[in-house]
Order: sequence, then structure tokens, then C-alpha cells
Amino acid sequence: MRYNIGIDIGSTCAKTIVLDENKNILHRLLQPTGWSSVETAEAIREKLTQLGVDWDRAAVVATGYGRISVPYADKCVTEITCHGRGACHIFGSEDLTVIDIGGQDTKLICVDDSVVKDFIMNDKCSAGTGRFLEIMANTLAVKPEELCSLAAHGGGVSISSMCTVFAESEVISLIGRGEKKENIAFGVVDSIVKKVSTQAGRLNLKDSKVCLTGGLCEFDYLRQRLEKTLGISVEACPDARYAGAIGAALSAAAIRK
Amino acid sequence: MPEIKLPEDFVTYPEARKKAFMALKALKEQGRRVVGIFCTYAPQELIDAADATSVSLCAIGEENIPAAEKVLPKNLCPLIKASYGGAVTDHCPFFYFSDMVLAESTCDGKKKMYEYLDKLKHTHVMQLPPGRDGRGAQEYWRQEVVAAKEDIENFYGITITEEKLREAIKLRNRERKAILDYYEVGRLKPSPISGYELNTVITSNEYAFDIEKKIAFLEKRTAELVEKYHSEYEGKPSRPRILISGCPTHGVIDKVIKRIEELGADVVGFENCCGPREKKDPVDETKDPITALAEKYLRVNCSVMSPNPGRYEALSEQIDDYQVDGVIEVVLMACHTYAIESEAMKQFVTKEKGIPFLSITTDYSTTDQGQIDTRLGAFIELLG
Repeated sequence: MRYNIGIDIGSTCAKTIVLDENKNILHRLLQPTGWSSVETAEAIREKLTQLGVDWDRAAVVATGYGRISVPYADKCVTEITCHGRGACHIFGSEDLTVIDIGGQDTKLICVDDSVVKDFIMNDKCSAGTGRFLEIMANTLAVKPEELCSLAAHGGGVSISSMCTVFAESEVISLIGRGEKKENIAFGVVDSIVKKVSTQAGRLNLKDSKVCLTGGLCEFDYLRQRLEKTLGISVEACPDARYAGAIGAALSAAAIRK
Repeated sequence: MPEIKLPEDFVTYPEARKKAFMALKALKEQGRRVVGIFCTYAPQELIDAADATSVSLCAIGEENIPAAEKVLPKNLCPLIKASYGGAVTDHCPFFYFSDMVLAESTCDGKKKMYEYLDKLKHTHVMQLPPGRDGRGAQEYWRQEVVAAKEDIENFYGITITEEKLREAIKLRNRERKAILDYYEVGRLKPSPISGYELNTVITSNEYAFDIEKKIAFLEKRTAELVEKYHSEYEGKPSRPRILISGCPTHGVIDKVIKRIEELGADVVGFENCCGPREKKDPVDETKDPITALAEKYLRVNCSVMSPNPGRYEALSEQIDDYQVDGVIEVVLMACHTYAIESEAMKQFVTKEKGIPFLSITTDYSTTDQGQIDTRLGAFIELLG
């Protein structure tokens, strides 16, 4: 049997997928990236060995920010290409738009006939990313997923700062003013949704299927708000956070060994 | 990662700059007049006709920015900040050796910066019209060329004769042709030269103060490359071919141009000030020299002109002639005119020309190298 391995070392989490030759998922691994991508890559290799991966019959593609830190990878492919490829596989469509909200950046990727045709990525700024949500959740002393559930019961607050540091000060003054946690949480999610929608305005979403991937894909309230703001149905599923790793594993399948 | 292949006698930009510094020092010691310029709009022929050497002033280098930010706002284009910073700290040896500066009111940031630069050294600012088709724009600009000529004359206490101007125009037209022919090596597929080398040779040659020698060097190099193409490259497969557009790129040559080639594509052409933009358009040698210079320099396709139809034509031609697979536009942070024009360029390139387009906004720092690499890498992957 051939092992097609995709390793997506993101800014926050490292995701690993092992596919067999029929593209069935054999293993899923999820771990924090930590401070050293190289050590994380090494830990993944040990784990996969324990799971019985035969390295003589394996092909490895690395993606994500830490892609160059996987010494045993046969190839590096950018996460934009991998998310596009992975989403097509997960959502069973050759034409779609991917909204990938990751730890340090948000990407919108247009895929036609299974090939990435266009993409937009935020600049070196964390507005509208997982990091933004994480920092705001810390300030509110809740977990990111709790923040999203709280937001569903809130309203009436908007956070105007686009800069994460300024937005944090804004949240702190809202707390000081005695604003309800639910309402602040609403403002935080609202800010992310607005930022993503502005980016989406630069791509033509209307005639394609839209899928949410990346670390925030399981936050259903966020998905619902995106649907409402974009005026289009947005699909998500638990495996979508592995979209990059799945795309990388599919690229590994194409490597001849 | 594949290393870019460079010829053995390749001279890096910093090396060329250092040599130029020594050469200019020697010229100065012989009593040579030196006039600093920044931009493609500067009619160099006026400087040549004044028996002066024109030298491109530094507009790059992250190290020049902190000093500039003591006076200029942080949220300003890095090229403007580096220009001022290089001058005020004497990091730019060419500014140090210049007697005066010949500048133009291109963008708002530059023209306001020149007000401060003038306090350091006499800076003559030619007032460009905001568009080349406005009523009276051509005559207005002609008057500005006359004013610049008179200012140089008064500054040095000399007279610039028509004969000298005609001579200068002829020489610079020959130089344009030599530079253009060198750039056009990029039309060959697969390209026998990396875009990094091509760009470095051209920018370094801005410091070749002997124009005749420069023409001879470029002609020789062009012939060598064409021969190399026929003997080593012709008929071989090509990597994806990229055309660079937008702001001047010499300040991000390592961060963007070199990276594109390390990530697997060839930069074959430049549709910006670092490319053949101005070189394709010689000065009319039959007309009155001042009128001919005014007409030529107002045709430069910079986004400061509104509207700027020449850029579409130049892009279209270069995409076809250089067999381009994708366009990467580089916008320097806070360059409003290029940033605004970007959407129109994207529509034009993707819809009219039918090839992919990527726009990246960046500055001279290395803080966003990771994001830039991901964007460039993904773009090259989608070109296949």
C-alpha cells in the first residue's frame, strides 16, 4: 500500500492527513505548532511511524507557513493551492470558492475545474483572522468557540478598529463600561465577518459554491453570519479544517516514486 | 530551491554602486558638473547639454527610512522616504556629490518631500500637468522644460545651446536603443537571462557615466545573450513567464524579483520605470529640441497621469511580445495612484488579455517576506 501524506504546518496548528491510494483517509493528526516547526515536523514523523506508516512507500507534501521546515517532505506546495485542492475533494465539487480563515491570515480562493484561478490574502495584519478571535477571546476570558456561541445571543455592539491591538483596547473599554459579554462577542464576530466580506467583494462569489475551511470552520455561528452578510450559502464540515493537509496529501499522490 | 544562474563576471548592484561612487568622486575632482535626478520624467538631455553628468539618486534601502521618519510621516511610500533619508544622512553618495537636483512634481508625496530636500540642496522641481491630454497641458509642460533649462543655466552661469541639445538627444536616443535591445532579450523563449540579472545590469548601468562605453557594453552583452539563446536555450521547455508591472522595483529586487525566480518562474519583462517603458519612445530628432523633449517626456506612462491610457497599451504589447503567462504588479505601500489603478489593470489583464494577474503591496522591509512568498508561490503554482 502507498501512503500519501500531507502535512500542513500553520501558524497555530499542525494538521496531518494520510491517504491511501484510493484517497481514503487513514489517519488525521492535529497538534499545536509550538515554537519550532522543525520539532513539530519531527514529532509528526514519530507519530506516523507508530501508526505503522511505511516510509519506503510514502510520499510527503508539506504546506503552510512551516512548509520549509519539514526536512523529509518530497515537495512543498503553498497552502493556497492545497486548500483549493483539498476543498474540491472534501466538498465534492470542481468549481468553488474557499474562504480559509486561518491563524494568521484569511484567504479567499477561487477554483475552476479543480484549478486555482484567483486568490486574495490579507496583508501583514491579523484583522479578520483566527489570531484576532483568539486575542479577543482571551480578553473576554473565554475560549474562541465559547465566544462564537456567546455572540449568537448578543447584538448592538460594533468594533470599529481594524487593528487587533486597537480592537483589544476597544474591547477593554467596552468591558469597563459594563457592556454584556454576549454583545461584545457579537461585535468581535461581526468585525471578522465584515473584514472577510470586504475581501470577498473583490472576487466574484455569486455563481460558485462557497466553502469555509481552516481553524474557524467549525464555528457554526460565524458560518451563519457569513452566509447572511454575503447573501450566499456557505458550507462547512469537520474535515474542512484539514483541507490544506488533504490538498497536500492529494499532491503527494501525484508524486512518482 | 534552485539558485539563479548568473554569469561569472556578474556585478551586483551594491558593487556597481560602490564603483560608481569612486568614479563620480574622480569626476568631481576634475571639476565635472553633477546633477542628481530621481525619475524617468527628468529630461536628462538638458543636463548633458550643460556638460554635466546626470546621476540617479538613491531611492532604496530600508536603512534610509528611520532618518526620513524624523521628518516625514510613517505612512508614506518607502521610495520617497528612502530618497529623503539617503540624502539627509549622506548615505547616498550621489546626492552628496550632486551640485543640484532636477526633480518633477510627479506624485503628491514626492513633490512635498522635495520642499524639504530643497533645504539640503538646490532642487529644481518641474511642475508636471496632472494629465497629458488636458487643454494647454503640452504647452504648459514645454514652458516647464524651458524653465528647467534656464534654472540649470543660471545655476552654473552657462548657456545651453541648441546644438548641444541636439547632440545630447542623438546620444540618448542611441542609449535608449541599446537598453531596449538588451531588455528585448526577454522576448526569447525560454529566456537566456534571469530577470534579476537583467534588472540589476540596467540599474547598475545608470551609474555608467560614459554613455558611449555603456552603449558598447550593452550591445556586446545583448549579442552574447542572443547567441547563448541559439546555442543553449532554443527549443527547450520554458518555465512560466512573468511580466512585472506597477511601481519601480529596484528597492524590492531581492524580496520580489529574485524570489519569483527562486520559486520557479522567469521574470521576462518589466512594465514599470525599471523597464523599457521610456526606452521605446525616442525623442524626435527633427523638431525643435525643447518641443521634442517636452513631447517625449510627457508620454511617460506613470499612474500619476490621469487618465493613463498608455499603460494599457504598453502592458498589452509587452504581454504579447514577451509571450507572458502571468502579470505580477508590485505596488509600494501608500502609493495611491498605482494602488487605485490596480483594479483597472486586473480587469484589463484578466478579461482583455486572458491571463492571471497578481497584485502585491509591500515596502522595503522584510517583515512580510513569508506572506509575499506564499502569494508568489501560489501564483506560480496556478500558472502550472
